[in-house]
Amino acid sequence: MTPFIALLARDLRLSVREGGGAALALVFFALVATLVPLGVGSDLALLAKVGSGVLWVGAALAALLSLDRLFQADYEDGSLDLIALSPLSLEGTAAAKILAHWLSIGLPLTLFSPILSVFFGLSAPAVMALTLSLAIGTPAVSAMGAILASLTLSVRRGGLILPLLVLPLLVPVVIFGAGMAVEVQTGLANGAPRFLLAFSLATTLLSPFVTAMAVRLNLAG
Amino acid sequence: MNFDMSPYGAFIWPAYGLTVIVLGGLTLWTIARWRAVKAKLASLEKP
Amino acid sequence: MFDWLFRYANPARFMGLSGKLLPWLSAAALLALAVGLYLGFSAPPDYQQGRTVLILFVHVPAAIMATLVYGCIAVASLFSLVNRHLLADVAARTAAPLGAGFTFLALTTGSLWGKPMWGAWWAWGDSRLTSTLVQFFLYLGYIALWNAIEDETRAARVCAVLALVGAVNIPIIKFSVDWWATLHQGESIVSGKLAGVFLTPFLFMMVFYMLLFACLWLVRIRTVILERRVRALMGAA
Repeated sequence: MTPFIALLARDLRLSVREGGGAALALVFFALVATLVPLGVGSDLALLAKVGSGVLWVGAALAALLSLDRLFQADYEDGSLDLIALSPLSLEGTAAAKILAHWLSIGLPLTLFSPILSVFFGLSAPAVMALTLSLAIGTPAVSAMGAILASLTLSVRRGGLILPLLVLPLLVPVVIFGAGMAVEVQTGLANGAPRFLLAFSLATTLLSPFVTAMAVRLNLAG
Repeated sequence: MNFDMSPYGAFIWPAYGLTVIVLGGLTLWTIARWRAVKAKLASLEKP
Repeated sequence: MFDWLFRYANPARFMGLSGKLLPWLSAAALLALAVGLYLGFSAPPDYQQGRTVLILFVHVPAAIMATLVYGCIAVASLFSLVNRHLLADVAARTAAPLGAGFTFLALTTGSLWGKPMWGAWWAWGDSRLTSTLVQFFLYLGYIALWNAIEDETRAARVCAVLALVGAVNIPIIKFSVDWWATLHQGESIVSGKLAGVFLTPFLFMMVFYMLLFACLWLVRIRTVILERRVRALMGAA
């Protein structure tokens, strides 16, 4: 078992044991999908119009929930120092943690979204567009989140500051992700899928390097 | 100079007012901090 | 090429140079302000916008400074990370509240310009306004992170990375907001255009904003240098 797989398996196990892993994020996601209609009204025509956007925002917020634990838990009990010394490079460590976060949070949110789209009366093509856009976009959320999580890992109550830092940077993801739903609604291709894919690929590829740099900066101090 | 703003005065003056408050506030804050540190330094280098 | 920059990383030299420059810069700033205001308020009302064009004299410079200051922070952050330039950390940190102030003004004056122009206090479709809003959050986050980390050196390095990540993302955010605006509006909303007679006062106001920032920035950096000297003296005592 390579160090990468070992770290990946460990993080996945920890996420289930400690935070209930996907469960917390999924429940939060469902709550957002519940609260918005309660706040906005049951007019299904209106809900169908805003549903994709609302679900995208809900998924992004839900994915942020466990982000502060990505590095902080290991930092506080000293495991991060040990991981930094392991044969796996810090970049590889970061990549493993991003993948673990996506597998345990992003992917379940994506798979759960068709069920929640029922609350908004989305059409079948809209549901497919939403699920596909989440599949492409949630890795970017994990990747961008990892950068900010590693930057804030030494901040004691970092959980409060993390959403403030990440959400502005996720504006393109939400815009293009929800934009894919607009494509379905208007029937016109608008370029959203390729922009989302480009942003997601770039973020996912670059994040391990920036994350590793941030971890090094924090461990050095 | 022409100060007749009708009918947009209600928008123009607040815009300038806010600008004065924010930019002036930043200026005053900056100067106050500077004066404070100069005073502190003077008191430390004196005895 | 950057040798001169590193000469002034020496705090003493910086104090010397900045001390000599400040009187001239502040005098020039006041002059630019006076000329800009006089010319602006003397001009006849704009054909399309009436007298609301006057708001653009405080809105557009603020909006430009909002982005310009972030650029300065990004450059300072780069020097902080790559060269561990002594004053780069100080420069980045001190510029942030100034940039946040400009951004706040850009948003509020933009809203005050928009209400008579579009009939609404806010228009999501004005992609420049929306991008500026996101930039405001970036400033707030940057300042918050500086305050959240106790160790100063670590805070400087971490915030430098944050600033650069933000800087790289700003063009992407602007692009996505532009794209979003055309998607949902069909066409971009009329943004302020300045006719010739207004260009001169605007330029003077722009120069004023830049000089004001330069003065405040220099004073703030000088203040931090002296504050460090105070701490050194108090530590030695």
